[in-house]
Amino acid sequence: MDAAISVKNLTKTFKDFTAVNDISFEVEKGKIFAFLGPNGAGKTTTIKMLTTLLDPSSGSIMLNGYDVLSQKDEARKSFGIVFQDPSLDDELTAYENMQFHAVLFGISDNKRIEELLHFVELWDRKDHLVKTFSGGMKRRLEIARGLLHKPVVLFLDEPTIGLDPQTRNLLWTHIQKLNKTEQVTVFLTTHYMEEAEKMADMIAVIDHGQIIAQGTSETLKKQTKTKTLEEAFLALTGKTIRDEEATGSDKMRQFRKVWRGR
Amino acid sequence: MNAIYILWLRELKRYFRSKARILGSLGQPLLFLFALGFGLGPVFQRAGQGNYFQFLAPGVIAMSILFTAIFAGIQVIWDKQFGFLKETLVAPVSRFNIMLGKTLGGATIATIQGIIVFLLSLVVGFRPELTLLPLMLLFMFLIAVFFTALGISIASQLSDMQGFQLIMNFLVQPVFFLSGALFPLGNLPKVFSYIVAIDPLSYGVDGIRGSLTGVTHFGLSVDIFVLGVLTVIVLSIGSYLFSKIQL
Repeated sequence: MDAAISVKNLTKTFKDFTAVNDISFEVEKGKIFAFLGPNGAGKTTTIKMLTTLLDPSSGSIMLNGYDVLSQKDEARKSFGIVFQDPSLDDELTAYENMQFHAVLFGISDNKRIEELLHFVELWDRKDHLVKTFSGGMKRRLEIARGLLHKPVVLFLDEPTIGLDPQTRNLLWTHIQKLNKTEQVTVFLTTHYMEEAEKMADMIAVIDHGQIIAQGTSETLKKQTKTKTLEEAFLALTGKTIRDEEATGSDKMRQFRKVWRGR
Repeated sequence: MNAIYILWLRELKRYFRSKARILGSLGQPLLFLFALGFGLGPVFQRAGQGNYFQFLAPGVIAMSILFTAIFAGIQVIWDKQFGFLKETLVAPVSRFNIMLGKTLGGATIATIQGIIVFLLSLVVGFRPELTLLPLMLLFMFLIAVFFTALGISIASQLSDMQGFQLIMNFLVQPVFFLSGALFPLGNLPKVFSYIVAIDPLSYGVDGIRGSLTGVTHFGLSVDIFVLGVLTVIVLSIGSYLFSKIQL
């Protein structure tokens, strides 16, 4: 079991729509894996299935040697996740958010909380309510929280969306650092191709629910005879703009904008 | 166990930290107590039914619990997308325990809200008998658990807030207005009395009123029995639906 994640023939169909269509891939331990694709290609659906939030229609997923479908709790202990939408409790302090996560994962040692808050440079702000934090601070806190139970895999679903270049840069430095020091396997999605190019050891491109290319950024560029990953990505997926129909999640995001003004 | 406790604690912390929410949610019950209590009092008196304020206060207490509880449950819609719930769903904790923690948290808040309204009604002039106070608390808690679990059950089936208005207008408001919180249940038209009898809140209002003023319509043991059974049923359905949540 050298693979941190091993996916075989994974498929998810909603009523009349196949979101993920028979995909297979492996992510080696300790690597940074970028999962790229246009909007609606099936990225988020795949992450939801990998993280036990959504049951697949067929196929198998092994994570850290555990079957995600039948050994849910073992699998859950093996990964941490930073969701696309903020999932912190705004009315609690940074420290409380960490503490709650620790209790849910049965961790009694509070030293790790301190260590991680230092790592993401939020220790000074630990007793401040999360609602007073900037977008970048929230992301850092979420990353620290995702690492609390020492996961083998860290999922990052568009972690840098809506952040300024400084914060994005800092965030990636953090991620690279912990990939080295904690040997965490990182599974990330992003729309910023230069980030994927810089960060990822391996890249898979998904479109229309199928994986259309896999390899390092170099092999993808060679394969498409392009100079940058962005060009390679466009060569692979075409230049047509994908218009997704708004889902419940989008409506909720709209709602949140109106009410919270973020 | 720890997971249930921490989820419960989270609801309480959030409640006590938003003073605006506590104050805001006291406005409606106070308005009902004043406007209806003093406005309809003379008519009630002339109809030979006694002091309307004494009659109304338990109904308004039940109302504040109903609204707080349903709202605490419905918040799960929000929580599924932005919040702690999503984070708890990827934790190695059973869905049943998550549901239970959230329900108990919401129900505790709703009960506290009910107690605050009870104390306020004392200030405004409500004069209950206090011998059955523990029984009143039990009824308050039962209503609170029932409606929080109901709110969570509904929320687990919805994906955005569009349905919220529908639930308020076609479920929560009717449940309140048809419960006998505002009017005595004796001598009602037949069909209407059946409707009242299938409204779960009727038994809660009757129970609270019975334990505070000694006047009941169904009888305290019937109230406890019906509410108890309904609470177990909705908790079971709720935890089943909750366990089926797919994001």
